Amino acid sequence: MELLERAPVELKNAFLRVLGSLGVPEGMLAILSAVLIIGTVIGVFLGLFALMSVMERKILARVQNRYGPNRAGPFGLFQPVADGIKMLTKEDLVPRAADKVVHFLAPVVMMVPALLVLAILPYGRDMVPVELESGILFFFAVGAGTEVAIFMAGWASNNKYSVLGAMRAIAQMISYEIPLVISAVTAAMIAGSLSPSVIVAAQGGFAAGFLPHWFVTTPWGFTAALLFYIGALAESNRSPFDLPEGESELVAGHLTEYSGFKYATFFMAEYIGMFAICGMFVTLFLGGWQAPLPFLTVVPSWIWFFGKVCFVAFTMVWVRATLPRLRVDHLLAFAWKFLLPMSFAAFLSAACWHYAGRGPAAWFLSLVVVGIPYLVLGLSFTSRFSVSRRTYLFSE
Amino acid sequence: MNFPGIGLLKGFVVTARNFLGSYVEKDRLTTRQYPEERPKLPENSRSFPFLVFDGEDPEAGMRCVACKICEKECPPQCIYIIQDRDAAGKPLKRPRIFDIDISVCMSCQICVEVCPFESIRMDTDYELSSFDRFGSLVLDKSKLLKSNAYYHGIHPTEASETDARIEADRKKKEAAAAAKAEAARKATAEKAAKAAHPPEETK
Amino acid sequence: MNVTLDGETVVKLQPVFGYLHRNHEKIAEGNSWLAAVPYTDRLDYICPLTNNWAYTLAVETLAGLEVPERAEYIRIITAELTRLQNHVAFMGFILADMGAWGSALMYAFREREKILDLFEALTGARMMCNYMRFGGCRCDLPSGWLESAGQLVEGFPAFLDEMEALLTGNEILLARLQGVAPLTPERAINGGLSGPILRAAGVDYDIRKVDNYGLYSRFKFRVPRGRVGDCYDRFMIRVLEARESVEILKQALVGIPDGPVVNPKAKQRGFRPPAGEAYGRIEGPKGELGFYLISDGSDRPYRFRVRPPSLINLTLLEELCLGTKIADVMVILGSIDIVLGEVDR
Repeated sequence: MELLERAPVELKNAFLRVLGSLGVPEGMLAILSAVLIIGTVIGVFLGLFALMSVMERKILARVQNRYGPNRAGPFGLFQPVADGIKMLTKEDLVPRAADKVVHFLAPVVMMVPALLVLAILPYGRDMVPVELESGILFFFAVGAGTEVAIFMAGWASNNKYSVLGAMRAIAQMISYEIPLVISAVTAAMIAGSLSPSVIVAAQGGFAAGFLPHWFVTTPWGFTAALLFYIGALAESNRSPFDLPEGESELVAGHLTEYSGFKYATFFMAEYIGMFAICGMFVTLFLGGWQAPLPFLTVVPSWIWFFGKVCFVAFTMVWVRATLPRLRVDHLLAFAWKFLLPMSFAAFLSAACWHYAGRGPAAWFLSLVVVGIPYLVLGLSFTSRFSVSRRTYLFSE
Repeated sequence: MNFPGIGLLKGFVVTARNFLGSYVEKDRLTTRQYPEERPKLPENSRSFPFLVFDGEDPEAGMRCVACKICEKECPPQCIYIIQDRDAAGKPLKRPRIFDIDISVCMSCQICVEVCPFESIRMDTDYELSSFDRFGSLVLDKSKLLKSNAYYHGIHPTEASETDARIEADRKKKEAAAAAKAEAARKATAEKAAKAAHPPEETK
Repeated sequence: MNVTLDGETVVKLQPVFGYLHRNHEKIAEGNSWLAAVPYTDRLDYICPLTNNWAYTLAVETLAGLEVPERAEYIRIITAELTRLQNHVAFMGFILADMGAWGSALMYAFREREKILDLFEALTGARMMCNYMRFGGCRCDLPSGWLESAGQLVEGFPAFLDEMEALLTGNEILLARLQGVAPLTPERAINGGLSGPILRAAGVDYDIRKVDNYGLYSRFKFRVPRGRVGDCYDRFMIRVLEARESVEILKQALVGIPDGPVVNPKAKQRGFRPPAGEAYGRIEGPKGELGFYLISDGSDRPYRFRVRPPSLINLTLLEELCLGTKIADVMVILGSIDIVLGEVDR
């Protein structure tokens, strides 16, 4: 087990040692090491993307009482291969009126931040590709680049649906970035660092021998996790926040004029971005690579990390299967009037928790501090529409 | 007043129950894996019309008499009939050409209802797709004619009813014919008797 | 439909229809009376059996034909099953219009399939049933049909409960539907609306109660009415109506008598009603479905006119949509519940 825990790192080191003994110079080896890490991370996430694209369809199908893809290969697992071939062989259409350069660049610009943010996630014990002191800051700063890409795509397509979709995307992403970052700051504040590794380390250990110290187990952490989760859904343009693509009203939003491999790149970037934000969610609130129970620590840490990421991704599919899409004004009202105050409440609650000594009493105090704003805001938000107020007349 | 968020949670419970239920309950996973698993069609099921023949030989046992009622009644007019004629040009009671264009046919079953000779019936075969857009979708007589046994195989109840009706008709006709023959025989016998034994009064 | 937008707000909307025009009325005038029945299936292809009923009702009024009691019961059973599956499909469609990724639609279609199975067992086709005839129905119920229909009706409220748990309390759905495009009763009446939309606006008008056509006077059922007339009321009225349909079905399945299913005096082939005119209307799942027929005593209709509920309910679309957001247009259109086969004919 210990061996498995170290396996990815040891494998890389052994490979480099072999190369070193073959006379490859030291500087070359350092570059090779970096390339190996980058290649592995990108490879793993591309694999996850392929798996996700088929699993998402299968899970959605099961929720909807269908089978889902099951023809290509065993259990339909080769479906991504078939999809990939289809996408690659499709004609790449560019509208005549489009801004061709920007139209071409948009998928590239979309892909770059999605891959860059993967650098700072701690995948396992001592397994961070780049150990940044301000990793969280880097994550959000770079991640914001996707907005530019989506707007580029919408604008360059020179299509009314695309522009509408892009406008919606900008409004939505900017609004949701704020609660997203504030709820992330909550975790950083308690851990006392912006470095993802430190935040994960702060969630280690078990209370009473079995309760993990994950932030999500505290009231403020739970609230912040929920807010972060909602923000993450909006940031990765997933249902119920898939307004930019809203297929019933906007055809496909900013993707309307994309086809073939450019479309596939967008799709891939969106999924990798989604995994990255799931990884950040796991790091901030679900204890990163920490095992959930003491006796499970024998399982390698990176398995825990990816297991949790897959679980979070599964819940995102579940959300997608359940909820209808929001309307654009509700969406913004929800972000500014509910999520933002709630994230401040979570912030305050975290501070209370910290200064009240982090014990059971602090737990209840922080519950009260987030609970009251939740009820007040939630009721004021839902009071405009209610089921019970509607009654119906019946005539015999 | 509802606790905010409770409605969403209820929805999540429903979808989760359907997700898990689709693995255990047959009722929650109703899809048929078509080419491997074929549906058992109900008896009344219908696709396109075909012509019934009795006995072994399609041409000899053909029930159709080319009365052209179905051609006239067919709402989208997909039936085309030309009556057969013998060498002398006298019309025969059977079609020379009987085509149904199933790309036009709308499976309404009206031809079946109006046919007075129980000759046209609905098939249940639904695997009719082909690469040939025009040729193979116009069914001619040789493709349309199917045996009464086949008809019994796809619509047992309806076929037995039809057979009973035909049988009753035949019996009635036979009885009528027999009665007619009997009457004729009696008449001739009487005549003969009259001829053989002239009435006594005339003596 | 051409929509002019100011940002996301609708400032002008013009429905453009006619793309599914199939010349239904003129074809019917060129064919025999009987040959129009299968064409009515294709008007509102979600609910063929109620279309059949409306047409045969008009012809029966024209010719003064009696319908046997058993046939009337079968008509009520099939019509209420049609209403159930239409309203269930409506719930799925409106959720799909809201972008709910098909779950509700799939659950709705799962149940709808069961009803379509019943239709197939009875009429031979799942959607293009072509079942009703002048003075009755084409064939009797197959053996075991009533039992399987009874089973379905027994299980249906549980499914409606599941749908309601998924939908009616959902905050996002409430926010999307409540207060969107409210309609006053006066405007609804002036617009000539009928069916669930009219009742959602608070008007107590159900042709099943008003005309008492068929044997509806024998059944005990309630007609739900809304108070606000917005999209949410239109949605809920359908849920409530589906529950009432289940009640009617329960009564009908128990009370169905024996007897012939078609009036033996009615001649289907070469049918020649006396010269005159008649209007037959029923409460279809989408509203008042009427057929106006003129006969000149020949074997084909002289004039054949359909009053399609979908088209007339659609006339208020622009008025309802003005000032709403573009995403609402889809929901409002969904809440009117149109089928383009009926709009364009």
